Amino acid sequence: MDQYTLNLLVIGASFALYIGIAIWARAGSTSEFYAAGRGVHPVMNGMATAADWMSAASFISMAGIIAFGGYDASAYLMGWTGGYVLLAMMLAPYLRKFGKFTVPEFIGDRFYSSSARMVAVVCLIVASVTYVIGQMTGVGVAFSRFLEVDSATGLYIGAAIVFVYAVLGGMKGITYTQVAQYCVLIFAYTIPAIFISLQLTGNPIPPLGLFSDHVGSGQPILATLEATLRDLGFTTYTERHDSMLNMFLFTMSLMIGTAGLPHVIVRFFTVPRVADARTSAGWALVFIAVLYLTAPAVGAMARLNIMTTMWPNGVQGEAISEADLPQWFANWQVTGLLAVEDKNGDGKIQFYNDKSPADSPVMQTATERGWQGNELTTFNQDILVLANPEIANLPGWVIALVAAGGLAAALSTAAGLLLAISSAISHDLIKGAINPNISEAGELMAARISMGVAIAVATYLGLNPPGFAAQTVALAFGIAAASIFPALMMGIFSTRINNKGAVAGMLSGLLITVIYIFLHKGWFFIPETNSFTDADPLLLSIKSTSFGAIGAVINFAVAYFVSNATEEPPAEIRDLVESVRVPRGAGTATTH
Amino acid sequence: MNNGNGEAYWKANVRLMITLLIIWALVSFGFGIVLRPLLAGISIGGTDLGFWFAQQGSILVFLVLIFFYAFRMNKMDREYGVDEQ
Repeated sequence: MDQYTLNLLVIGASFALYIGIAIWARAGSTSEFYAAGRGVHPVMNGMATAADWMSAASFISMAGIIAFGGYDASAYLMGWTGGYVLLAMMLAPYLRKFGKFTVPEFIGDRFYSSSARMVAVVCLIVASVTYVIGQMTGVGVAFSRFLEVDSATGLYIGAAIVFVYAVLGGMKGITYTQVAQYCVLIFAYTIPAIFISLQLTGNPIPPLGLFSDHVGSGQPILATLEATLRDLGFTTYTERHDSMLNMFLFTMSLMIGTAGLPHVIVRFFTVPRVADARTSAGWALVFIAVLYLTAPAVGAMARLNIMTTMWPNGVQGEAISEADLPQWFANWQVTGLLAVEDKNGDGKIQFYNDKSPADSPVMQTATERGWQGNELTTFNQDILVLANPEIANLPGWVIALVAAGGLAAALSTAAGLLLAISSAISHDLIKGAINPNISEAGELMAARISMGVAIAVATYLGLNPPGFAAQTVALAFGIAAASIFPALMMGIFSTRINNKGAVAGMLSGLLITVIYIFLHKGWFFIPETNSFTDADPLLLSIKSTSFGAIGAVINFAVAYFVSNATEEPPAEIRDLVESVRVPRGAGTATTH
Repeated sequence: MNNGNGEAYWKANVRLMITLLIIWALVSFGFGIVLRPLLAGISIGGTDLGFWFAQQGSILVFLVLIFFYAFRMNKMDREYGVDEQ
């Protein structure tokens, strides 16, 4: 059987599994559809949260960014896990006690203002749509490879599947479907990693393999990689190249953004008890950590494998001949995401950093040996995880499994985000403000239309994404960090912040962050409309992906000063805050 | 619920939270980023301990922090008589 058929079979089987579970679970209980996770054990809820959370950015994109960014990319690892500590301690238990279902609902009630609720709806939509763009980028890459089409066609096919899956299928809310998706994606991620770790280090546990010795050279993996990269003029792997300020702020943005993303927060609204909200966050992180502890090993080992592929005789020997390039090169060249060009016409492909300073050893070697520039001209980082099994010569079923895993990651998150967007529009905006008498059927129709619009916008912007999947997603975190997290936190930890303070804080955090992003990434992400680049940013060394932390500080400060300059919140709001702080009296969560 | 009890419970909660968040910041922003040069002498698998904290250690500590917090708070809920019945 050829690889193409095998891919289709495995992806088809995984979809059949999700749909089968959805039908089985729906027959069991219809209320499960709306209130995901109620009555579900915290371990199961944690697993489903992990599937919701780990998106194309974590699955497809992150290891590639680590492979090419090395230590600097640690910000992703710490940021996307550290946020769960904030969630478990600062938000989840209190929001569960509050007992409503959407983030804007809490903000509207706590700040006794429908304008606060509307501002929260806007913040939620901006953050979530940006996040969906990142998912679309990842889905496009996956489909272009496995259906052997160019990446734009892959994106359209992906968008169509997300549409059918989220809008027509409506199986997002079913916890057990997500448990199945978690299982598919985690097997798909860890199995190739285990194989590769065994091949390179003899240790079957990838996180331990990362710090073990290379079987060929007897040197540690990281030291072997470091030496190869240095010889070829690439930036070293374990040293910091980003500024300390930017790395600090980037990690902070990702952490508080994690705690401010609506589709993750809502999962904690529906656990049976306040105590479960705390443990659920812990279990979610356990299941997330399985992937996040594997990712740095995948990154480093894949990078090493690529270097050995390109330089089979070592960097002092001859580069690989164009005729000897492995099959995965041909497979990926179809997508346009990988390209080689024999610039000096010697029939070999030299992969080195031709942007090195002219007096560096690698450039002298290049002159001596007649290299005329780097000949691996395109290597899109987002292909790394998907190509990883092919790079390591793993069997065909592993390649197909990784394809299914990447789609599970992208689809589960996209569906969760689209549900958050559509409930904000149909429940908070239309039912809460514009037309409170809307019928249930009308609400559902509005929800579906808003999902369709969100997918269309995200697909259009996904054609020219502002970065690799994980970088686009990082922008979404910055927006959530600057707008939603501070409002929620102040709503719980302060009784003094009033309606005016919260609205002013959210608006200034959101606007300043979005403007900073647009100045660097182009207005509405349209290429060529930017005034600055992340290589040479407006403020110090702060890149647009890191600005969320600054936006959050602005949000806190504005809310504090405006609240103190205006009247205190009414007594019943003080009572509300005091009641969310203690678990006693938490009713069972109610449905809309 | 007795109001004085609720206030004391909240103070104890905030105290615990701040202690754990100091550890949270120390392992990630501290050992992983700002204080990494201080750990440069301790080598592990071809690199230094700061790299390990940035790519693995901090995640493991985060896990311990959340479960410790959940365990302590569930106990405190009962001690202060504010648990769900």
